[in-house]
Amino acid sequence: MTAEAAPPGPGIPAKYSDAHSGDDTSPGGGLGGIDHGKSRARALKNSIATVLIWGAFFIALIPLVWILWTVLSKGLQPVLHVNWWEKDQSGAGAPAFDHNLRGARHAIVGTLLMGLATAVIAVPIAVLTAIYLVEYGSSPFARIVSFMVDIMSGIPSIVAALFVYAVWVTTFHWTLLPIASSLALTMLMIPVVTRSTEEMLKLVPNELREASYALGVPKWKTILRIVLPSCLSGVITGGLLGLARVMGETAPLLLLASYTQYLNQNLFHGSMAALPTMINDQALNINVHIAEQRVWGAACTLILLVLGINLLGRLIGHFTKVKR
Amino acid sequence: MGKRIDVKDLNVFYGDFMAVEGVSMTVEPRSVTAFIGPSGCGKSTFLRTLNRMHEVTPGGRVEGKVMLDDEDLYAESVDPVAVRRTVGMVFQRPNPFPTMSIRDNVIAGLKLNGVRNKKVLDQKVEESLVGANLWNEVKDRLNKPGAGLSGGQQQRLCIARAIAVEPQVLLMDEPCSALDPISTLAIEDLVTKLKEQFTIVIVTHNMQQAARVSDKTAFFNLEATGKPGNLIEMDDTQQIFNNPSKKATEDYISGRFG
Repeated sequence: MTAEAAPPGPGIPAKYSDAHSGDDTSPGGGLGGIDHGKSRARALKNSIATVLIWGAFFIALIPLVWILWTVLSKGLQPVLHVNWWEKDQSGAGAPAFDHNLRGARHAIVGTLLMGLATAVIAVPIAVLTAIYLVEYGSSPFARIVSFMVDIMSGIPSIVAALFVYAVWVTTFHWTLLPIASSLALTMLMIPVVTRSTEEMLKLVPNELREASYALGVPKWKTILRIVLPSCLSGVITGGLLGLARVMGETAPLLLLASYTQYLNQNLFHGSMAALPTMINDQALNINVHIAEQRVWGAACTLILLVLGINLLGRLIGHFTKVKR
Repeated sequence: MGKRIDVKDLNVFYGDFMAVEGVSMTVEPRSVTAFIGPSGCGKSTFLRTLNRMHEVTPGGRVEGKVMLDDEDLYAESVDPVAVRRTVGMVFQRPNPFPTMSIRDNVIAGLKLNGVRNKKVLDQKVEESLVGANLWNEVKDRLNKPGAGLSGGQQQRLCIARAIAVEPQVLLMDEPCSALDPISTLAIEDLVTKLKEQFTIVIVTHNMQQAARVSDKTAFFNLEATGKPGNLIEMDDTQQIFNNPSKKATEDYISGRFG
């Protein structure tokens, strides 16, 4: 409107020129009736919301920091000793008469081996399920599968363990092996990885699939060579996060993996220790100083392992990410 | 290269919904045909039936006949994947494969269909990029990611990728709608050049573009939302823009509606 009132020059509208027209008296400095400054009520609401959100954040942070602090302050000391990583608990006597800390190698190796076996079984199933659901799933059967994945992610870990126990021991009368724990963990890992892979596949733009189809590439090859590579970093990250999640699982191990103080590297023989079962075993004598140290040490190791795998996942995700 | 397309009484459905009704037309070999019409009139849908891309959408199906020279694209024995090797497509938004280099993007169709010979592939990279007027701009960075190019270059990369599999027909679905005027001009020049080899069908919302690049123009319209789209008329581009025989066409190209 000011342009009409005082044209500053031929062809230049007033709002684009530096010259201010003298009769521009609208409140708010020429913004055409828009008041400057925030409205009070909105500013107040904004402050209240900000305080609430930060408050909630700090409340959520309290238990996290507390747990980390307790575990690290009590568990870091045994973990930092090289014996902790190199020795198992063989030769450990009754807690009150044994003052040698020894190591957690048997439990660390056990946790890693069982976790690895779990991932080897669970990841292919989960990724293929996710591919089916995203790329092929429009049938009623796919909806049932998707629903089943939801149900599976809600299964309490002890129920998964009981199921494996029922099949393995009650039905087939087999001796429990370390791999049985992996099977129970597999049931917990599959839904997690399926969901994360599904999310990643959905992020791949349809245009890429169409571009591939338009070149006369069959669907299966499109999925294998175009879609999966485009979201590989996300799939790997999801898999590692799922692994980190099941490595801390305790209930299936309590039921299926009896603790041993010796190192066992064979998933198909004998019993195998894991960090959670080591914690459980030593916690029975928590009032003895040496056992207490082992408990906190094992807890600290578990947190460090999970943290390490998480970091590894993020790192791989970062470096395999498709650059745009 | 370049084959004739003959469409007879084609109806396109998505599920129970009829999207396009009763289209018959002939597209001459080695010519450019432009499809114009308002949004939702089914021109893109119809375009996709020419290489059976509509079947990618669940429920997409057709009634009628599409002949490529004397082959029926919808015959029982015809594999849609094979159709798409013969009838290539360029999309509205440039969509190079983000995981691949410029070189791999160009020969993606060949590699994914089993061509392994490095010499053949290298030759094809240069040939296709030259064909798409992109060679001079990218010849020094063939191993860089294709997604690093500008929008217009990406679209020409997609055209190079499409012509690398040596199709007979090239379908272009609003190939310039996401590009700036200079890139648009580059694509239009390219279309004029490519018609010496390929039969080209281009969907566009830009009427000047249709007038500039096409030999024939087809005008699509729909009576109302929810009704199927129809082919109103198809004629020489000159004729359509200067002296259309239908009033709806005249209204549309002169900017008057309803």
